[in-house]
Amino acid sequence: MSGNATPSSTPVKSTGLHIGDAAPGVAKKDPILVAHGIKRQFGGLTAVDVAHVEIPRNAITALIGPNGAGKTTFFNLLTGFDQPNEGDWSFDGKSLKGVPSFKVARMGLIRTFQLTKALGLLTVMDNMKLGNTGQRGEKLLSSLIPALWKKQDAEIEVKAMDLLTRFKLDAKHEDFAASLSGGQRKLLEMARALMTDPTLVMLDEPMAGVNPALTQSLLDHILDLKTQGMTVLFVEHDMHMVRHIADWVIVMAEGKVVAEGAPDEVMKNPAVIDAYLGSHQDVDLGAVTGRITLPETK
Amino acid sequence: MENTTVKRGRAARLFAVMATTALSLGVLLMAGPATADTVNDEMPYKVSGNVQNNGAPLAGVSINVSGNGINADVLTDAEGKWKVGVSEKNAAYTVTLDESTLPDGVVVVDNPETADIVEGAVMEVQVGPGGRVTMNYFIGKGERVVTSMVDQVVQRLISGVNFGLMLALAAIGMSLIYGTTGISNFAHAEMVTFGALGAFVLSELGAPIWLAIIAAIVLSGLFGWGLDAAIWAPLRRRNTGLVQLMIVSIGLSLAVRYTYQLFIGGGTEQLPGADSPKIKLFGSVALSWIDMASMAISILLIAAFAWWLMFTRMGKATRAISDNPGLAAASGINVDSVVRVVWIVGATLAGFSGILWAYFRPGIRWDMGGQILLLMFAATTLGGLGTAWGALVGSLIVGVLVEASTLVIPSDLKYVGALVILIVILLFRPQGILGRKERIG
Amino acid sequence: MDFLGILNSTAGFILAPVTIAYALAALGLAVHFGFAGLLNMGMAGFMALGAYGYAIGILSFGLPWYLAALVGLGAAVIFALILGIPTLRLRGDYLAIVTIASAEILRLLFLTKVFDEYTGSADGLFSYNGEFQESNPIPAGTYGFPPFEDTAAMWWVRIVGIIILAVATFAVWRLVNSPWGRVLKGIREDEDAIRSLGKNVFTYKMQALIIGGVLGAMGGLVLAMSSNVNQGQYVTSLTFFIWTALLLGGAATVFGPLVGSLIFWVLQAFLGLLFPALAEQGLLFGLSSIQAAQIKFIIVGVALVLIVVFRPQGIFGNKKELTFVR
Repeated sequence: MSGNATPSSTPVKSTGLHIGDAAPGVAKKDPILVAHGIKRQFGGLTAVDVAHVEIPRNAITALIGPNGAGKTTFFNLLTGFDQPNEGDWSFDGKSLKGVPSFKVARMGLIRTFQLTKALGLLTVMDNMKLGNTGQRGEKLLSSLIPALWKKQDAEIEVKAMDLLTRFKLDAKHEDFAASLSGGQRKLLEMARALMTDPTLVMLDEPMAGVNPALTQSLLDHILDLKTQGMTVLFVEHDMHMVRHIADWVIVMAEGKVVAEGAPDEVMKNPAVIDAYLGSHQDVDLGAVTGRITLPETK
Repeated sequence: MENTTVKRGRAARLFAVMATTALSLGVLLMAGPATADTVNDEMPYKVSGNVQNNGAPLAGVSINVSGNGINADVLTDAEGKWKVGVSEKNAAYTVTLDESTLPDGVVVVDNPETADIVEGAVMEVQVGPGGRVTMNYFIGKGERVVTSMVDQVVQRLISGVNFGLMLALAAIGMSLIYGTTGISNFAHAEMVTFGALGAFVLSELGAPIWLAIIAAIVLSGLFGWGLDAAIWAPLRRRNTGLVQLMIVSIGLSLAVRYTYQLFIGGGTEQLPGADSPKIKLFGSVALSWIDMASMAISILLIAAFAWWLMFTRMGKATRAISDNPGLAAASGINVDSVVRVVWIVGATLAGFSGILWAYFRPGIRWDMGGQILLLMFAATTLGGLGTAWGALVGSLIVGVLVEASTLVIPSDLKYVGALVILIVILLFRPQGILGRKERIG
Repeated sequence: MDFLGILNSTAGFILAPVTIAYALAALGLAVHFGFAGLLNMGMAGFMALGAYGYAIGILSFGLPWYLAALVGLGAAVIFALILGIPTLRLRGDYLAIVTIASAEILRLLFLTKVFDEYTGSADGLFSYNGEFQESNPIPAGTYGFPPFEDTAAMWWVRIVGIIILAVATFAVWRLVNSPWGRVLKGIREDEDAIRSLGKNVFTYKMQALIIGGVLGAMGGLVLAMSSNVNQGQYVTSLTFFIWTALLLGGAATVFGPLVGSLIFWVLQAFLGLLFPALAEQGLLFGLSSIQAAQIKFIIVGVALVLIVVFRPQGIFGNKKELTFVR
């Protein structure tokens, strides 16, 4: 066991998120994202087949499951980076079916990627500024007249610097993003996502490849998102992180949601243990699947 | 249905340019035809030209210039020259070459690339406000015959299969190289030219043509090995990006292409046997023995290649790398040596394709490979980039399409059809006919 | 050997319309490739549209020269739309093959006899610059000093060309240093990341394709103003030469394409005169002077390979801001 992967203070868990028994597809009191009958097939292989799932508002939800469970594909489907063969899903009551990824993002649903997509040949500051929405200078014609966008750009820079300071990247704002370490890139990507002022942040393996020294601050940042009123959905393998910060856990296996519930209960669910380990019960999942000491790079 | 059409001149091409220059101002009319090398000489402004047969003048060719009150016949002189006075500027004249006065077996063709015969050998000359206009007639070997529609279709299909097989030899190698290394190899065109040039140079040096061809194919393989050893292998070790590799292949293509031109010049050369006679098969469908040998050898070579790819150790390793380079390397395949073999095989096939292309066009030029480069790309993309069988299927489709399309569209647009198909395929099925979807994106 | 004469003629290319045309086209390619990451291998097609649009506008439709010029640029916009709508979603090397094929299709359409009435087919188009030269404010005569000595007509072409180039360069400089340019560079790096931040990637790529294409058409326009229009000029090799000029200067820079074109043409002119002169002196292993003139093209090819491998950022590019991301 390692203390690295725990937040600096004991997080306040949100409870009472669901209505009725915690079973796969259980209804939430205040769902922000609802997906129904989502199916995605590659060739003959069904990668995702989710009957029904709801993500609770202003809570931290973890999406876990063994490799190949379809977590990232499900992420891609929800955010418009891939289209399902069938199914409906909505965000804040608005259907997202057929909505292209950039419009999904504009609605306030922002995602990060498993393999970080820091824009290496842009400076850290430019990376941050790209996150801001509604920039006048990003329109072709007005970009030609600096007077139209200089003031807004300066405001964005202040906001970006503020976020960079919180993520302890302020000293590097002039560096090319390519010069950052893997963990710093994850931080940059998260900070950049926050520049968009999202309502729902979807993080794909935020801890993968992050230096243990940085994991703590990353966890704090994720908890911060909740305090600031945002909703977080994240994919993670590290069970300790899931236990400590998640308010709700959704378990996927072979493309289906096999269990849902509060972190401590769901870990005891036989279906979950089955999904991870076959019949080997009574094994601490964290010891087997969690990265007790996190590797420097992936 | 009977239809008057023409057959492509398949032999040594005679090539003539009549440069017509018209200078004009005043109006002087002269009626009545005359036959001399200079007509209406008293007029201050002339339409003149020079009819040559690959540098040798064609004397006694009758040319008529008409329009704006002028109707003059003129015969070319011993130097192939002729001259006609004209009356007005900003006016059109009709220039007609009387093909019955050309030597036997020679007709006017639309341009030296496609060598398709022009009906009637009539051309309009517009004398612009500048008073200068240049008109080109090209003359190529061929004959006018009456061919039935069915025969035309059959002839075009056979020609298309022949062209397609030739294209396949080049495209398969290109596709294999793309599959194993990810390079869109623009220099493949120069590997095609290399084979034809090699055979030509060796036969000029006195080797019998069969020996020259065999030696040229061996040299092509060595050329592929040399390119890999000198350029591609070091770039692989540097982990050069795919876009960079593509641009390297463009630079290489330019350098090699102009090196060819440095040595053989800008003209067209012929391989021995290029003017072998046609053998009538049925109706008016005729093939030369070179056409038949070309198709037979192509099929044999493709079969041999198929055997190599499917059943030999090296062939299996090649397919494994095309499928998944990382996995292949992890399972103990020496990627570097397989890639080198792929370059050798690709260059050998391309070189052979070049020799066939030299007989098909016919003729050897420094940029002959470049003329079919885009068709090779079209064929490999059509079939599915990186799949050898796709390249074969794609080549046959492109070949037949190019040749058959001349039945319905002007022959100088026949490559356009293939390129349009290429783009359409990329839009609706970017993985090609035989490709898998995961290769894309 | 008249070495001074060679240097003199070479210096003349510093201000030649062809150099200006290359600079415009290379600038367009910089927007495409250097800033947006689009592998456009069909720049010759955009240039041909600028030139033919201008000449056909005057000859066939009797437009004033400035409207005819707009026809050429408009044709490039339409070509970019036709090309971009289906292909901008495809992977990079597919775009390369589609653009090279499209440019060749255009050239074959200009070559075919079917449209001879408008395009002049193999002969091309000429005698359309009369009205443009009538607008020439410079009195007839010869101006300048050697090697920059030329007729009033050619000076007018140069002045118009340089004005177009200056405005275009300023506009591109403004664009790439704006938030718009920032998004474009982001797309070059990773378009999914930009998409996830709510930017409409397709629109930006299309805008870049159109802007670069119009710059290429401007290059064709300048070429057409200075000489005749013939499809033989707009072959695939032209695209490759412009790539060489671009990479020489630095693809992800604004002034690199300009300097790259200048170096390219000055070297071309110099070598194109030097080698034949050397050959005439018998200093080139018995090559004829016609053969020797080919050497410069071989050098272009070798130079392209060497730049891409050893200095991919070009002469002025930032080593850290390499453009070969993938």
